[in-house]
Amino acid sequence: MSETAKVAATATRTVEIDSHAINFGPQHPAAHGVLRLILEMDGEVVERADPHIGLLHRGTEKLIEYKTYLQANAYFDRLDYVSPMSQEHAYVLAIEALLGLEVPQRAKWIRTLFDEITRVLNHLLNVTTYALDVGAITPSLWGFEEREKLMEFYEAASGARLHANYYRAGGVNRDLPPGLEARIGEWAEGFPKFLDDLENLLTANRIWKQRTVDIGVMSAEQALAWGFSGPCLRASGVPWDLRRAQPYAMYDHVAFDVPVARNGDCYDRYLVRVAEMRESTRIVQQCLAKMQPGPVKVADHKFTPPSRGEMKRSMEALIHHFKLFTEGFHVPAGATYAAVESPKGEFGVYLVADGSNRPYRCKIRPTGFAHLQAVETMSKRHMLADAVAIIGSLDVVFGEIDR
Amino acid sequence: MAFLDRTARSLLLGELLGGMALTLRYFFKRKVTLNYPYEKNPLSPRFRGEHALRRYPNGEERCIACKLCEAVCPAQAITIEAEPRDDGSRRTTRYDIDMTKCIYCGLCEEACPVDAIVEGPNFEFATETREELLYDKAKLLANGDRWEPELARRLELDAPFR
Repeated sequence: MSETAKVAATATRTVEIDSHAINFGPQHPAAHGVLRLILEMDGEVVERADPHIGLLHRGTEKLIEYKTYLQANAYFDRLDYVSPMSQEHAYVLAIEALLGLEVPQRAKWIRTLFDEITRVLNHLLNVTTYALDVGAITPSLWGFEEREKLMEFYEAASGARLHANYYRAGGVNRDLPPGLEARIGEWAEGFPKFLDDLENLLTANRIWKQRTVDIGVMSAEQALAWGFSGPCLRASGVPWDLRRAQPYAMYDHVAFDVPVARNGDCYDRYLVRVAEMRESTRIVQQCLAKMQPGPVKVADHKFTPPSRGEMKRSMEALIHHFKLFTEGFHVPAGATYAAVESPKGEFGVYLVADGSNRPYRCKIRPTGFAHLQAVETMSKRHMLADAVAIIGSLDVVFGEIDR
Repeated sequence: MAFLDRTARSLLLGELLGGMALTLRYFFKRKVTLNYPYEKNPLSPRFRGEHALRRYPNGEERCIACKLCEAVCPAQAITIEAEPRDDGSRRTTRYDIDMTKCIYCGLCEEACPVDAIVEGPNFEFATETREELLYDKAKLLANGDRWEPELARRLELDAPFR
């Protein structure tokens, strides 16, 4: 072929670039568990993002229909396994609403305290692994040290570091062991210093800002329309917090601010979470200051087991003990919806009771589901690497999304 | 003025150098990691680990086969069979826990009226085969004998709260 012919051939060649689909996950470390995201790419730009869920589906809602109210408690730890106690809280609130139980003051304080510890646990994991997703390794190494301390509090109170099974209908399982309140107080004293260090690494860092500012912007209207809640909604500028809007436990007895950001981008979601951790530390300190000794369960042994000493002495208590751990308690027919401000947003339980010892239906409102469905809207026309930042900022955990 | 301020900060790499100085300070701090198999974190008396069946000080097994643990177990991991012994007392002939099903919720321990089944402090019971995790009564009693001093101490410490 002559030189001129060669030039002519290249000049007339048409090059077609069509978008092609790639699989993001389910084994990708930045997919936060088992998210399978099918991305239709135009070069390096995301044209369409299609989240596929269900890889961690365990049929929790159906299983709960076959367990007594006490047994079903343990399933709630395993939904969003990063914030176990918050979810138990929604479940026990639903049962207590149906039974009409008034929980003792101390139990409410303990629940408030551990809800906030859970919030810090969750946000620490989210913020640090989110930083890891966009390339910063150090925050996760430091954050996990703090998480370790918090999980020791979990273990001291409940006996397990993650799957606590600590909140029970009518109170909490056992009172806090001696010395734990002092240890939590000591931790709350030093934690803001750690947050300063964490912010020192991230908040002003130019690489972090380049990766997050103006990425995945959700306006307040969009966020509401997509059913956002929690930090993701507050980052878009909607000051909505269930702890403030419909206080449960002792949230109306503690002073705290609800951090709200304006832009609704990935950076604002990070800022809101860090500010929430500071507020949680404040709430923890107030809980410790205001807690009074007292009973941690309702005294009605139709619903909570009697103490062991009583069970060994009194025939009636022994009967209650046996009835509770075999048949469980019966809940009068009715339906209720109980929601708590879990670290990720509104976590709700819609509980239908038919008068038996098992729930007739237990619908769980997961927080991450609503956030995940907006991934398509948020990541459209962003780069592939931004999709990672968006997923990280949404704080999705598949235990609860797939249920 | 804000523009000058921003440009100056940007050119001087303030936040990057600040972050690096901070990591350098952490580098010289006391290490928080544990040399695991040789060093371990302390566990609270409530920790829920490997199961054990306890005995009375005279060597008699505590379990009376009331089957409360079997009934309350959310994972249905416990299987019990019982019949009267030659001396007329009721005891289990079979007490199996499928450790692959167990979710370590602690309800068996809470339900047991005689403190027979307990979740002990041991969390290092990984095995090479699945079959080894299907615990039978002999294995559980052996666990109890091995951990008894620790188990009794834990129960005593936690007794005021139960």
